[in-house]
Amino acid sequence: MFWNEKEECMPPAEKEKLQLERLQEVVKKVYENVPFYRKRLDDAGVKPEDIKTLKDIEKLPLTTKDDLRAAYPYGMFAVSPKKIVELHTSSGTTGKPTVSGYTKNDIEIWSEIMARGLTIFGLSEDDILQNTHGYGLFTGGFGVHYGAQKIGATVIPISTGQSKRQIEILQDFGTNVLIFTPSYGLYLSEIAQEEGVDMDNLKLKSIGFGSEMWTNGMRKEIEKRFGVPAFNIYGLTEIMGPGIALECEEQDGLHIMDDHFYPEIIDSETLQTLPKDEKGELVLTNLTREGMPLLRFRTKDVTALRKTECPCGRTLVKMDRITGRTDDMLKVKGVAVFPSQIEKALLKIDGLEPHYQIIVTRPQHLDELEVQVEASPSLFSDEVKELVGIKKKIEDQIQNEIGIRVNVTLVEPKTLPRSEGKAVRVIDKRKFDD
Amino acid sequence: MGDHKLKIKQLSIFLENKKGRMRKALDVLADNDINIRAMSIADVSDFGILRLIVPEPDKASKILEENNFLVKIGDVIAVEMSDKPGGLNAILKILDETNINLDYLYAFVDEKEQRAIVLLHPEDVDGGIQALENSGAVLIPPEEVYNW
Repeated sequence: MFWNEKEECMPPAEKEKLQLERLQEVVKKVYENVPFYRKRLDDAGVKPEDIKTLKDIEKLPLTTKDDLRAAYPYGMFAVSPKKIVELHTSSGTTGKPTVSGYTKNDIEIWSEIMARGLTIFGLSEDDILQNTHGYGLFTGGFGVHYGAQKIGATVIPISTGQSKRQIEILQDFGTNVLIFTPSYGLYLSEIAQEEGVDMDNLKLKSIGFGSEMWTNGMRKEIEKRFGVPAFNIYGLTEIMGPGIALECEEQDGLHIMDDHFYPEIIDSETLQTLPKDEKGELVLTNLTREGMPLLRFRTKDVTALRKTECPCGRTLVKMDRITGRTDDMLKVKGVAVFPSQIEKALLKIDGLEPHYQIIVTRPQHLDELEVQVEASPSLFSDEVKELVGIKKKIEDQIQNEIGIRVNVTLVEPKTLPRSEGKAVRVIDKRKFDD
Repeated sequence: MGDHKLKIKQLSIFLENKKGRMRKALDVLADNDINIRAMSIADVSDFGILRLIVPEPDKASKILEENNFLVKIGDVIAVEMSDKPGGLNAILKILDETNINLDYLYAFVDEKEQRAIVLLHPEDVDGGIQALENSGAVLIPPEEVYNW
């Protein structure tokens, strides 16, 4: 099922032509209307006319989250304030929040891309969607809401929380599509179990999940608990919100709505553009947004684009599941290491507590990576040789995952910091040693 | 099978190789009036195992766990040995001859009875008890070890 087959399955040559036209238009527009971009382009010695091919996008300067903070609140808007009909902000957990402004047409585009995704999940005008994403400044709630309404489905805008009520509504209202963040979904399934809900007797046919990092193991767990397929939704407030990329029925990578958002992959250290199928930082350019079009925005999300065609027929370029954030990335002995990889390795060992800390040091000019793991009753043995064996097994698993040798230290239970929001997983001592 | 009544309960406590950790464990025991009969420590570069014999092992284990220590209770064998050269050898010889591997041992002197006691942890505790008993070694029952 397609929402907009013509756009979603556009022949590549036609797509590239459209992307170039839109890129030229948007560069011209921000150059003329956003003082920040005019200065940036002038400083870089680039004029809108210099964009003659899609590859010329590499001549444009990158935009960062700090740029948006400096422009707080309205400095990045490309239209007069009266054209802006809605505002959202990022959560602001890592500093001053950044503001995102939308014109009527921007809301229309947002609705369109989410409608494409929700159609893939099986939502039609006959269906009921229960949206547990929060409504408010967070874009998650409204993005899903707009997409579902565009399709003509019935939306239950319940938002996050009231978990028992969620389960009651899921049963009584006959919800067909459920939207949640993976962690909230797992929590909801526990409540459903406590309440003795028979998942086979629900009218649920699919789940859309987003807003958080996830693993395939998590997806499988969600699918097992609810008994329906679960699809990932990717998005970020700065560029638009949820719906920038969505999974299709193949559940193998996400289709980026690249008629509206132009993707690139860069090396987050050298800032050089990488071949699309290489793993690096995702950079997105708004091709059609009016209110606040961003050029080459650094998402800090790590992924790779796919060259291959998708069996579903969509020509929208695919990207891998997000496997990390450049903010978390560590370069150890020249190798990029993400805490998520270490976590994945630890999860493979039975009886291990999911609490760990990574410490990077540089004694004698060589990087060393220490992973502290809490010993647990099921791991602990009175035998030194067994404990040493467990330590080695963990070291082997991590090496398998990241490719370099680490030193695992078993520490006493409950001595590592617990996750309250964002846990401090990495302590990089190298800068102090140098 | 060896005589179950001759197994001595031993606490094994996981210790990080960090300043003050052993003292903290011993403080917890002292604060709860738990006397230590015998102890030994096995250490690897970054962690150690503190092994203790105490009068009420289950109670002590619970208290240590409440204080976030990782504790396991295991069995060891207490054997009286003559307090003179070659005393320990006689005991080890018995295990050797019955092909029983020894993981570790530690010893202490029972002042009240004026005897030396060795605590043994063979890979096969039951087999060890049987072999030692068959060879006429003097095994000391838990109540004597806990409460001399």
